[in-house]
Amino acid sequence: MRRFMGFVRKEFYHIFRDRRTAAILFGMPVVQLLLFGFAIRNEISEVKLGILDRSHDPVTREITDRVLASGTFKAMRNLNSQSEIGAAFASGAMNEAVVFEPGFGARFQREGTGDLQVITDGSDPNVSRIVTGYTATIVREYLREMSPGSIETGVVPVPLLLFNPSLKSVYLFVPGLMALILMLVSALMTSISITREKETGTLEVLLVSSLGPVQIIAGKVVPYMLLSVVNVLTVLVLAFTVFGVPCRGSVVLLVLESLLFIMTALSLGMFISTITASQQAAMMISLGGLLLPTILLSGFIFPVASMPLPLQLISNIIPARWYLVIVRAIMLKGADFSYLWRETMILAFMTAVLVTASVRKFSERLQ
Amino acid sequence: MNGTIPGKAVADAAIRTEQLSRKFGDFKAVDALTLQVAKGEIFGFLGANGAGKTTAMKMLTGLLRPTSGSASVAGFDVYREPEKIKRHIGYMSQRFSLYEDLSPRENIRFWGGIYGLSKDLLREKSAHLLETLGLESVADSRLSTLPLGWKQKLSFSVALLHEPEIVFLDEPTGGVDPLTRRRFWEMIYATADHGVTVFVTTHYMDEAEYCDRVSIMVDGRVAAIGSPEELKSCSGSASIDDLFVLLARAGTRTE
Repeated sequence: MRRFMGFVRKEFYHIFRDRRTAAILFGMPVVQLLLFGFAIRNEISEVKLGILDRSHDPVTREITDRVLASGTFKAMRNLNSQSEIGAAFASGAMNEAVVFEPGFGARFQREGTGDLQVITDGSDPNVSRIVTGYTATIVREYLREMSPGSIETGVVPVPLLLFNPSLKSVYLFVPGLMALILMLVSALMTSISITREKETGTLEVLLVSSLGPVQIIAGKVVPYMLLSVVNVLTVLVLAFTVFGVPCRGSVVLLVLESLLFIMTALSLGMFISTITASQQAAMMISLGGLLLPTILLSGFIFPVASMPLPLQLISNIIPARWYLVIVRAIMLKGADFSYLWRETMILAFMTAVLVTASVRKFSERLQ
Repeated sequence: MNGTIPGKAVADAAIRTEQLSRKFGDFKAVDALTLQVAKGEIFGFLGANGAGKTTAMKMLTGLLRPTSGSASVAGFDVYREPEKIKRHIGYMSQRFSLYEDLSPRENIRFWGGIYGLSKDLLREKSAHLLETLGLESVADSRLSTLPLGWKQKLSFSVALLHEPEIVFLDEPTGGVDPLTRRRFWEMIYATADHGVTVFVTTHYMDEAEYCDRVSIMVDGRVAAIGSPEELKSCSGSASIDDLFVLLARAGTRTE
């Protein structure tokens, strides 16, 4: 036990004495959270709106006021002709244009309908789709108020957004960020620190020193595990206090599931270190093989369901994908373990496979 | 020169191997190695790269299981008691195997702890070691700031911390200047005088002449074994260097 503690202490010396390591371990989680939380947002605000009103009646004015009053839109200017629209989009002075047909109000009062055109900038499809939706909702609401009982479409869907009603993107990023940080700290740092001992020849001497492979691996894993837990707690505290992300489920369950994911990531790091000989190779594999898939294929940024089938299949073997489901369910939906046992089993299974493979590889190397 | 010069029968052997072999698939990395090393002897283990030195060394340090043959190190069997062997030997690799971001004092503390030395003993030994090596003034600086020669001395002393019966040195003098090498060999002599067996591999043939006995491996087999004088007179070579080149050229394996 004393030998083991000595090993762990040495590992902490390595971590704190290498400025880059310390920076990645402690600076990165905070910087990333602030970056994702403040800078990278999906919400749309300040949509520059142009109005081409060929009718100029109380109805069109009322609709215009309502749209502007929503807070999402900002009036740019009133357009006088169709021909101005193209130039205003091209110069970036305008993001959306609303065109009322001549006699819009009169026709609406007479027939209960009217033509209203919404023009958006298709070069940014996501933004266009969202602002079109916003505008349509506002207009539809107004029309319903004006003509109660004459809903000729029959069924009008009334959207209700559960769990994240204001669609805050930080709710989406925090779970993804936790997955990312844990992957980086646990897998990347562990694999680098083990391969570094290979490079310096110290691993060889450790093995001759009657310290068993299991003790060596445990000595490597324990410090990074502790640091990962500290990181999880830091991210959670920041998420709760700075960004007001709720945790509707059990915090204890969340921490336990995070521990499981840390184990998965650590075993991945160990596995990488057994198949690589140099720190550089370990870093390349960790960055290319873990970080990018974690960001792109786990559902962190792009929903898994909208990926092409081959990528969806690949995403199944990415641990972060399952962890994300778990974290989102606990934090945002308040789910308990009975809903998450499947994902938990998958992570546990992955960990078992990786540990077995690493131990086998490790002893193979000794032969 | 044909055949092998058989190893002398040694009554009190620190290392004893009999037909020790290791195959990787069809490749015989070490082929029927038979040798004995007496207690307190400095034994030079020579051979070109790829001749099987590293594999043999791994088997003797308990890291690798032999495929056939027998061997005992410090009285322990390599098949049945590799863990006991590990506790009774010291090992210094060609890369010095110390942590560059730790100070000499921390390195001593770490490795001493790994070898299971008690806290008090370790403190005492650490102070003594730093004093003998003249490292007191830099005891708390990072190792990366020290010259290679100092690291090497420290590395050797660390390998001896737990007072092993045998110390294995894998190319311990790579990359240092002749004067430092000379001083290092003085340390080896002093260690052997205390009854510690020294098993050393090297590429410097002048160092081979410092050994009590040497063996030269070619293609996984021992091509020559004996004291430097015996080998030179038997083969008619002027130096171990000449003999080495002669034998190694006959080999078919190169790295």
